[in-house]
Amino acid sequence: MYKIAKENLTALFRLIAGAQELYLPVKTADQVNFGAWSEDAEVDLDTLKSVKSPKDAFFPQSENLYTCRKDGKKISIEPEALKEQNFVIFGMKACDVRGVEVLDKVFLADPVDTFYAARRDHGTIVSMACHEPEESCFCKVFGIDCAEPAADVATWMVADQLYWKPLTEKGEALTKIVESVLEAADNADEKSVEEEKAAIRGIVEKLPYSNLSLGGWNGEVLTEKFDSALWEELYKPCLACGTCTFVCPTCQCYDIKDYDTGHGVQRYRCWDSCMYSDFTMMAHGNNRTSQMQRFRQRFMHKLVYFPANNDGMYSCVGCGRCVEKCPAALNIVKVIKAFEKQGGEKA
Amino acid sequence: MQELIKRAKELLEDGTVARVLGWKAGDLPYNPEPAYFDSTESLADFVYNGFCGANLSKYLIEASKLEGKTLVCLKPCDTYSFNQLLKEHRIDRDKAYVIGVGCKGKLDIERIRKMGIKGIEQISGAEMEDAADTLTISTIYGERSCKFADAMLERCHVCKGKEHQVYDELIGESKETKDADRFAEVARIEAMTPEEKFAFFQKELSKCIRCNACRNVCPACSCRKCVFDSNKFDSAQKANVDSFEEKMFHIIRAFHVAGRCTDCGECSRVCPQGIPLHLFNRKFIKDIDEFYGEYQAGMDVNAQSPLTDFTFGDVEPGIVGERG
Amino acid sequence: MSIEAKEEFRPKIVAFCCNWCSYAGADLAGSSRLGYPADVKIIRVPCSCRVNPMFILRAFEKGADGVIMCGCHPGDCHYSTGNYYARRRMTLLFSMLDYIGVENGRTRVEWVSAAEGVKFSTTMNEFVEKIHSLGKNVRLGDLRCRN
Repeated sequence: MYKIAKENLTALFRLIAGAQELYLPVKTADQVNFGAWSEDAEVDLDTLKSVKSPKDAFFPQSENLYTCRKDGKKISIEPEALKEQNFVIFGMKACDVRGVEVLDKVFLADPVDTFYAARRDHGTIVSMACHEPEESCFCKVFGIDCAEPAADVATWMVADQLYWKPLTEKGEALTKIVESVLEAADNADEKSVEEEKAAIRGIVEKLPYSNLSLGGWNGEVLTEKFDSALWEELYKPCLACGTCTFVCPTCQCYDIKDYDTGHGVQRYRCWDSCMYSDFTMMAHGNNRTSQMQRFRQRFMHKLVYFPANNDGMYSCVGCGRCVEKCPAALNIVKVIKAFEKQGGEKA
Repeated sequence: MQELIKRAKELLEDGTVARVLGWKAGDLPYNPEPAYFDSTESLADFVYNGFCGANLSKYLIEASKLEGKTLVCLKPCDTYSFNQLLKEHRIDRDKAYVIGVGCKGKLDIERIRKMGIKGIEQISGAEMEDAADTLTISTIYGERSCKFADAMLERCHVCKGKEHQVYDELIGESKETKDADRFAEVARIEAMTPEEKFAFFQKELSKCIRCNACRNVCPACSCRKCVFDSNKFDSAQKANVDSFEEKMFHIIRAFHVAGRCTDCGECSRVCPQGIPLHLFNRKFIKDIDEFYGEYQAGMDVNAQSPLTDFTFGDVEPGIVGERG
Repeated sequence: MSIEAKEEFRPKIVAFCCNWCSYAGADLAGSSRLGYPADVKIIRVPCSCRVNPMFILRAFEKGADGVIMCGCHPGDCHYSTGNYYARRRMTLLFSMLDYIGVENGRTRVEWVSAAEGVKFSTTMNEFVEKIHSLGKNVRLGDLRCRN
């Protein structure tokens, strides 16, 4: 394990950015989102959650697939180049790292999504333990330990020191690049990191959502949950906006669209939301015609369909962004609790 | 709140209304959700406190299609939206029983978070009965407190007043919360150079994730099919591919609600990226007031909306340049 | 002609002209052999009131450097009152564009009757000159539409 004083972080970022692209939580117009590092970017490592999850780094909100150009009678088709530049994403939290694992299941399974795979190959994830988890967090429910994040390099911010621990080959390679600004950590340091971990876990125990029970949600309960009358009640306040999907670290549905540039067509894909009325619209129409069905789709996908196809892995990571951001204060926790309550009443 | 619940129960029991549209207690101290209650028992979950900022008028579009009357709880500012929707024939007056509820300013959890208050377990001082002007917030990380006014939504600082524009009965007291000029920020931007203006909006709008929360929550945005959703045009864009798109979306949206926007502030409340979207709407309102005389949408159901009206002596569009 | 001269800035200008007055005014300008720059592309609309704010923004999106709207003089609208509504709309829209930092010379409204070929020609010449001085539109417009 290594360490670096908080005030020297800029030197660390400068070194990384000298060798690779660097993305980290940056504050713009009062909101923290992942963005490219620059000398005058306002880096914010204290805010626990970025508004948007960092999934953009691997699965951007919109990306070009190819461009057609018409030049007189000549038509050319230019496929978009795959990511070739190495990059580092710094400061991802444990839940967001699990989010990437969920995306891997989708995009790296056969047929492999080449755009995504290229980004995964070239990206190095530096995660950061959650110093002060918040009341909307429920990662523990999904077996995520926010005190000990996975990733290529794990880091802990304890007082004024950042502790740096490479976990994979990629992580070792990155450590080599920044070696000159890192110091080796001694036993006392190891101890303070252990204390920090214990403190974080202690807090997680106290969080209101940490005892949420996922009993009754798995790949086997499809028809039972699908046919439940509860959805009719639960969806009512839903405004059909896409906030929950767009801030979610695991939502992976996208739409492919063409844009008329006047001199050709640009085909791009962009995130889609199951909350939108034209989601999965086909020539014959739409197979989910009511908001109740669209609302149900989101939660069934996360808690039933996804585990059914991925060895029981839920596609929710408990980051709590939807809990914080939904305009109508709806969220996955309320859905889980409502079903739990109903189950209790039946029994 | 008890009086409100008592009255709702009475009206449900005597059959005046078939359901109650209000707020249901959430699982955190700050997240009550809009909800329907159709039995007196279900009213046990009913809540009305400082975090009930949601404007319920828009839900009445759907509620108007249901059998029987819906009791709806409207704050003074929500009643403007109600009137505006009535005027546009989007809701049915006979299907709604309006209880004007008192309001002493609504709270913005984002503002509380911005003060560095996290791990919130309990908030006291947000109830309607509480007269204190401080919120006491107990968190996992210790007890914190903040001024009620500092945690208020932007719109409450420029409150249009505590009078309900439409109601069947009133329950609860309202408080004057206005302590700022509604157009101050608009005027500040107007005074900037074009470069500064552009930089300001570019910075704010670059955060937009096109989630459409602003549009979907807006009581004035009640088109059955939004032009930005229609697959008949290539204006239907789901994601922010280019910075121009966000500008187009927000300008067109603000334009489409110009003269109909009551300045209820819901768009800014719900924006996950905290974009001050009201600055677009207020610019139109300010211009309308200056050019065509003061107009408050939703105040008078019979007033002619400024964009469906004209006078022979209206200013020419060239005024924009002349004004400097 | 030198290469530099060829690369000189040629603004793209979209002119929305109402069918009854301004379009006829443009016709008159043409038949009277009055010149106006070829950079102006006219789109005929049934009435100035038909011009949706979206049209203006879309023109900018697709690469216009300036957009001008011409209609019948107030009081002379073929449909009696169309241009009065258009006048209010455009005033508000232009004010909004100014507000977000778009140079206000890039948009203009001019009332041109069927008899005003000269006015049409001078207006267009002036407008093109104005856009020339403002240069390329970089603040509005979709990057994907650029070459």
